[in-house]
Amino acid sequence: MLRLITSRIFQGLLTLFVLVTLTFFLVRMMPGSPYTEEKAIPAHILERMKAYTGLDKPLPFQYARYMKNLVFQQDFGELIRKDGVKVSEVISDAFPVSLALGLASMGIALLVGIPAGVIAAVRKNTPADFSCLAFAMVGICLPSFVIGPLLAVSAGLYFNSLNVAGWSSPTDWIMPAVTLGMINAAYLARLSRGGMLDVLNQDYIRTAKAKGVPGARIIIRHALRGGLIPAIAFIGPAFAGMISGSFVIETIFQIPGMGQHFVNAANDREFFLIQGLVLFYGFLIVAANLLADLAQVAINPRMR
Amino acid sequence: MQRLPLILSACLLLVCCDKETQVEKATREGILLIGNTADPKSFDPQVVTGVLESNINRALFEGLVNSHPSEDLTAIPGAAEEFTPDETYTVWTAKLRTNAKWSDGAPLTAEDFAFAYERILTPDLGAKYAEMLYFLKGAEDFNKGKSKDFTSVGIKIIDPHQFTITLRGPTPYFREVLKHPTWNPVPKHMVLKFGKIGQIANSWSKPHRLVSNGPYRMKSYRRNDHIEVERNPHYWNAKNVKLNGVRFLPISNSYTESRMFRDGQLHVTYTAAPDVVDYMKKHDPVSLRQEPYLGTDFYRFNNTRKPFKDVRVRRALSMAIDRDALCKSVYRGYEPAYAITPPTDEYTPPRGVFFDPEQARKLLAEAGYPGGKGFPRMKLLTSNREATQPVAVQAMWSKEIGVEVEIEFKEWTAYLLATQTLDYDIAFGGWIGDFIDPLTFLEMWSPGNGNNNTGWDNQDFVDKLNQSFQSTDPAARYDLLKEAESIMLSEAPIAPIAYRGKNYLLHPSVKGWYPLLLDGHPYDSIELVPQPPKRE
Repeated sequence: MLRLITSRIFQGLLTLFVLVTLTFFLVRMMPGSPYTEEKAIPAHILERMKAYTGLDKPLPFQYARYMKNLVFQQDFGELIRKDGVKVSEVISDAFPVSLALGLASMGIALLVGIPAGVIAAVRKNTPADFSCLAFAMVGICLPSFVIGPLLAVSAGLYFNSLNVAGWSSPTDWIMPAVTLGMINAAYLARLSRGGMLDVLNQDYIRTAKAKGVPGARIIIRHALRGGLIPAIAFIGPAFAGMISGSFVIETIFQIPGMGQHFVNAANDREFFLIQGLVLFYGFLIVAANLLADLAQVAINPRMR
Repeated sequence: MQRLPLILSACLLLVCCDKETQVEKATREGILLIGNTADPKSFDPQVVTGVLESNINRALFEGLVNSHPSEDLTAIPGAAEEFTPDETYTVWTAKLRTNAKWSDGAPLTAEDFAFAYERILTPDLGAKYAEMLYFLKGAEDFNKGKSKDFTSVGIKIIDPHQFTITLRGPTPYFREVLKHPTWNPVPKHMVLKFGKIGQIANSWSKPHRLVSNGPYRMKSYRRNDHIEVERNPHYWNAKNVKLNGVRFLPISNSYTESRMFRDGQLHVTYTAAPDVVDYMKKHDPVSLRQEPYLGTDFYRFNNTRKPFKDVRVRRALSMAIDRDALCKSVYRGYEPAYAITPPTDEYTPPRGVFFDPEQARKLLAEAGYPGGKGFPRMKLLTSNREATQPVAVQAMWSKEIGVEVEIEFKEWTAYLLATQTLDYDIAFGGWIGDFIDPLTFLEMWSPGNGNNNTGWDNQDFVDKLNQSFQSTDPAARYDLLKEAESIMLSEAPIAPIAYRGKNYLLHPSVKGWYPLLLDGHPYDSIELVPQPPKRE
């Protein structure tokens, strides 16, 4: 177990190093720079600005300096277009919002998706199965930029207590969490249905049935453990994705989360912010995958 | 389990119960809720350049003069109770109010203004908009490092409440220039407390530290969520400030913004998308505002590339655009443009190229492309994937003169880069005036100006502009500018398309909000009046 964890951590660090390096050079290959503005910046001003951020130096020098600051001082750098704002400030302001929204969405996804998948598997080829499958299909096919505004217009404009957008009132998380949660619930429903169907055909389930174990008990005690393995493998990275924010959801519901920074930083050529966000997201994915692996080992004795 | 329906109905009741909307609550409290597209880049008035930052700055800082709430070309006294020019409009004397103070109670003095001008012009600060102060005598040399001595710049302090500004030449419209946030003072005592004069990213303007001299001061800020300003008790005219505060919301998506308006979360939106305009016209025309704005949309021709080196080709393409049809069917609230400078009460631009397909075909034939034959397939560069207007122009050129162009989309930064490095054939462009004067639309077409981006170069045009800089008579100056603009329009380095309009939504409870060409509404004269409840 310890060996598994150590090797995964080592692999994770290596992944992060490659990620940081690739991102560093890739963002600098994009056309334009953080100083490309609608109203051209005069040459003598541009020179001064570049000297401040160090972007006037040769690329290898910039890379060495970035890595040195990152490794020894955990310094992600400053935003280029914003005055004296640190990348770490942006992430630490936005991440708690995305985390809260991600947790709520994950809760909805688990509470809706897994029971729907299990019911569909147990009641295979019945109207219950078909409705669960239909729900999953709709959830997967309809993008969030359709579900979100539909929900905002139908529920938000109808109920006075629900704001169509914003992040100030205690009920403001409901619509974005439902939108984000439902999409993931759809995937979870399909995965747990498939997983459960596999398990329900296994010999040990038949044995349990033959021994007269009640149906509900068979499912909860014996089938769920194995049936949820595909869903758990999905949950790890999906959760990392959910807590790192969604550009679409944040734009539709006006939420000060992480997702919009991914898109805006790329559009604005905010080099240090892009690098910081990619590294942070990479770290979340690596950590979530590690946890998902450990959860699978805990659930599935064959993997030990 | 039996209680579940009960709990669910309680939740539903909680959600459904009739509650005051945010706008109703804010109206009661005297706080204006306003959509402002994005999070500001800084609160330092000398560092920022954008419209959204100006909107916030206007609440926090006050320059020598203020905008009039309803008249575009009128400046009302601000921090200076008197601001008078000499007879040549070159030396201006500012007499500051003795009761003007910073929001921390410190007095506002001539020293703060002189310091602010020195700071923005200090090369080390790297202020992008420093050139707005090039009107000052000696400012350009100081900013470009040719002179190290600030006493060479035309600022002279007479006493703590009086100073003179000497300009590089006669500038009768200087009061309009002064409305720009780059001319606002900064608190010398605070800037120097947290850094040096030319220090980039000086933390004095961090929201929790910001000291300002306008009608409002910073109350709270949450990144990408809101900025709220509250009454500044030290403001010299605090008793006449009507609103208790303004809350700016950085809503980037115009549809989200419109939904928030409809849901009672906003008093004013930043914009309204064309389909929202159509919807509001039918369902809530009272809240829809469509007003002229000091901006022009146009197409740049790359004057350094064939076939656009030939003025006949440029004129032919410009003549084949039916601007009336574009404004009627594609734009909402925009007016057809036949010049680059939008008309104002004081300046009527000359009429340039207009829709004349027959003449266009003739010119194109003279240039060697009869019926568009042999015309190279050109690309029309745009950054807006959803814009229908380039498609309409593409069709007009094809139909009227047989010229086929291909629409090329590039995302914003790549588009800017292509335009600025002249790596395009035809490019969509736009310009918003910094202040209300034709100069802000004409100066950019001088050769070597960083915003020309067409490669067009005409000495007669430059001469006329230079003559206008020396003119002390406002009417004669406008004539010279008109002549300069005529020269430019006859050469057609660009094809003007439309004067911009501003479409937005305004809640009926907002009073004292009048159309302004630069949309620079002074918040202190705005009032919120609760509306009687609507009967469904």
